[in-house]
Amino acid sequence: MAALLEVRSLAKSFGGISAVADVSFDVYEGEILGLIGPNGSGKSTLFNCILGQLAPSAGEVRVDGRPITGMRPCDLNRLGIGRTFQLLQVFPQLSVRENLILAGQEHQGSMWSRLAGPRDAGLAATANRMIEFFRLSAVAEERAGALSYGQQKLLDVAMAFMAGPRLVLLDEPAGGVNPTMLAGLRERLRAINATEKATFVIIEHNMEFVMSLSTRVLVLAEGRIIAEGAPEAIRGNRDVIEAYLGR
Amino acid sequence: MKIPPRARVLAGAAAVALLVAAPFGLKPYGIYLLSLWAVMTIAAIGLNLTLGYAGQISLAQAAFVGIGAYTAALLTTQGWPLWAAFVLATALSFVIGWLLGYPALRVQHHYLAFVTLSFTTLVFLILRNEEWLTKGVYGITGIPRPNVLGWSTQMPVDFYFFCLGVLALVSAATWWLIRSPWGRAFTALRENPIRASSLGVDTRRYTLMAFAIGSALGGIAGVLYAPLVQFIEPTAFALGLSFSLLLMVIVGGAGYFLGPFLGAAVSVLLPEWLRFTEGLYLILYALFVMVLVAVCPSGLIGLAERLRRPAAIATPEPAPPDDGTGSS
Amino acid sequence: MADFLQLLVAGLATGGIYALAAIGFVLLWQTSQTINFAQGEFVMVPAFFVLAAMKLGGVSFPAAMLIGLVVSLLVLGLLFKRLVVDPVLRHGVLPLVISTIALAIFLKEAVKEFYAADAQPFPAAWATTNLAIGSAVVSAQNLVIIAVAVVAVGLLQYFLNATRTGRRMQATAQNPGLARILGIPVEHMILYTFLINAALVALASFLVSPIYLAKFTNGETLGLVAFVAAIVGGFNQVRGAIVGGLLLGVIDNFVAAYLSAQYRAAIPLFLLIVVILVRPQGLVGRAEERTV
Repeated sequence: MAALLEVRSLAKSFGGISAVADVSFDVYEGEILGLIGPNGSGKSTLFNCILGQLAPSAGEVRVDGRPITGMRPCDLNRLGIGRTFQLLQVFPQLSVRENLILAGQEHQGSMWSRLAGPRDAGLAATANRMIEFFRLSAVAEERAGALSYGQQKLLDVAMAFMAGPRLVLLDEPAGGVNPTMLAGLRERLRAINATEKATFVIIEHNMEFVMSLSTRVLVLAEGRIIAEGAPEAIRGNRDVIEAYLGR
Repeated sequence: MKIPPRARVLAGAAAVALLVAAPFGLKPYGIYLLSLWAVMTIAAIGLNLTLGYAGQISLAQAAFVGIGAYTAALLTTQGWPLWAAFVLATALSFVIGWLLGYPALRVQHHYLAFVTLSFTTLVFLILRNEEWLTKGVYGITGIPRPNVLGWSTQMPVDFYFFCLGVLALVSAATWWLIRSPWGRAFTALRENPIRASSLGVDTRRYTLMAFAIGSALGGIAGVLYAPLVQFIEPTAFALGLSFSLLLMVIVGGAGYFLGPFLGAAVSVLLPEWLRFTEGLYLILYALFVMVLVAVCPSGLIGLAERLRRPAAIATPEPAPPDDGTGSS
Repeated sequence: MADFLQLLVAGLATGGIYALAAIGFVLLWQTSQTINFAQGEFVMVPAFFVLAAMKLGGVSFPAAMLIGLVVSLLVLGLLFKRLVVDPVLRHGVLPLVISTIALAIFLKEAVKEFYAADAQPFPAAWATTNLAIGSAVVSAQNLVIIAVAVVAVGLLQYFLNATRTGRRMQATAQNPGLARILGIPVEHMILYTFLINAALVALASFLVSPIYLAKFTNGETLGLVAFVAAIVGGFNQVRGAIVGGLLLGVIDNFVAAYLSAQYRAAIPLFLLIVVILVRPQGLVGRAEERTV
């Protein structure tokens, strides 16, 4: 089966420091790939290189066989790739509904068609679906900045899905979310993966969360992949344990 | 405590009624001030779009008012109708504003302020030195007031209503723009350009567009300004006006729709009300701005909002319990 | 050749004054992220402190200069920091920009209202004769200005590099967070930069006012030049301000003489735009470590 996302020999250095070195992996449609590793192992840098926030020093990234290395983030969004950020980034001044519509409106059409088109860019129904799906109905008209952290997190994730992406890269989605909401979040992600056939790559520190959600796990340490496989296999892997505990 | 929609509509209607009735009780100078307020509001609305909504700092608005004014002056003193000046000035300001947006893609904040500041001064120098075109420091006199479909705007009251009409059109268009998907995109651009980009917002295009539209409105204001004062010379469009407009936007409340209206009112009308203090009104205005910015940087409307709902600012949960370095 | 030398000397003299204004501007930005849009007015005002002291206090010129300096330190240094900058800085850089723009208006109008609207002669502290160097006629005034500026900048550099306080100030400018951890009293260091700026602008004022007369509108051109000099030279280095100031002074004089008097102000502006777009750290500066 052809891979949805192919990363080949990706590398990124800052000055003399190599953050990511010779990383290659594939992501297949429909899977949930967990990306774990100790702090400083290069996970976020890897994401940023794949998603156009950083230009890689070497290597190539392909989606459906097309090279996307160095493409601007807004163009990647139009190819059906979405992401969330480690630090929560919703738009506090806009309402929850407005946030969602914004998240989807730039995906299709041109600037001019958007200007001439309806106020909600035809996304009212989709936004409603998201609001229901992520159980934000009670706060749909509130300013996003007034929500609790957990709710903002759910909104953040919801926004990444508004454009109906095929591939979503989630950067620490569980960060700072209290345990009760965590279960709900995990369940929602599984549901989207099943119904929308969205493929995920997830960076996470919360072992329990990422292991229970992922179908496959990659382990990064010091910028390189040191292990790959099913979650159970990774749990017992000696190299992985050493990487986390340090030598 | 939210203001119910009906109260808002009534307040709006009252304000419009006031604006329409006001000139009839005033002397010509008072009517001139009201017209000036309308013109400055248009320029401030433009700057508010660029700065308040899209988050791009621009000290170039005075140059566009100047471009609009000189376009109108040169065309109408040669017998061309004012609407031709509107079309030309708007197009010119839009294009130049778009080009001015390119530096905004490379630099931000204080560097952008300096680039736009230089632009204004350069335009001023051109207006002052190219006498063959602009008559330099001697200025252009005898700028006629237009005839709008048979209605002469020569008299102060008539020209005021003409300005008010243009302001109404500009306000309606801006309101519609802000409420459209573009308005949402501008807000995203201002609040968080990185997230916006990852959501598909073409930050480059929208930045250029914000500059272009804001500048075009400056041009439109200029086209109205020329027949209002009927004599223009370059110093009116130097850096001082850019600063003035910037202060108007901030004092009124950057990013609020009514901000420019309020800010222009404070800047244009307050000095007159403070006339009795003789030369002190500018000093008092400056002090007022300094205090306001320290107390409430979101301007007068921001201050009003704060008074309306003092406890509505929710505190987010404590910071996530990670190492805090943000690296993985 | 004679003309060249004359122009060069005049250019360096004007440049020296620009440099003094630009250095303070850079120091304020480095240590406290303050962009002082009133810097031009800061150079205009001290002369009026002196004139007021002489007129109202009846003191002699040297005494008035001293009073002028002290009042400058107090008003343009301490009061500026405590009353204008501190309350606004926590809101961000843009509100402070607005505040300093308003302050510029305030100072300008205050001088116009409370002192005089027309240009006032300002005594020079030195002879205004001309010297002959070879076939060139050079104004002694210009030489004195250059000398004073050089000494002032030299003292400042010595202070910054060779004294403990000076080095602590540099540390504060580079990384206030780290400086605090190292036990450096950061608030005091920032106050010192404000005081130094006040002293520099006062000096610039005393040097420039005899030539151009003291007028409330002086701040406009001087302010713009200070910004341009600071950025063209290098916004995050004192050395940059010096280079920028001297460069602008010389360019200004040569352009006015050989190219176009009308567009003399355009060259610095072009330079500014080009530098910002191509090399934002300025000709001498390092790439900015601190992000806005």
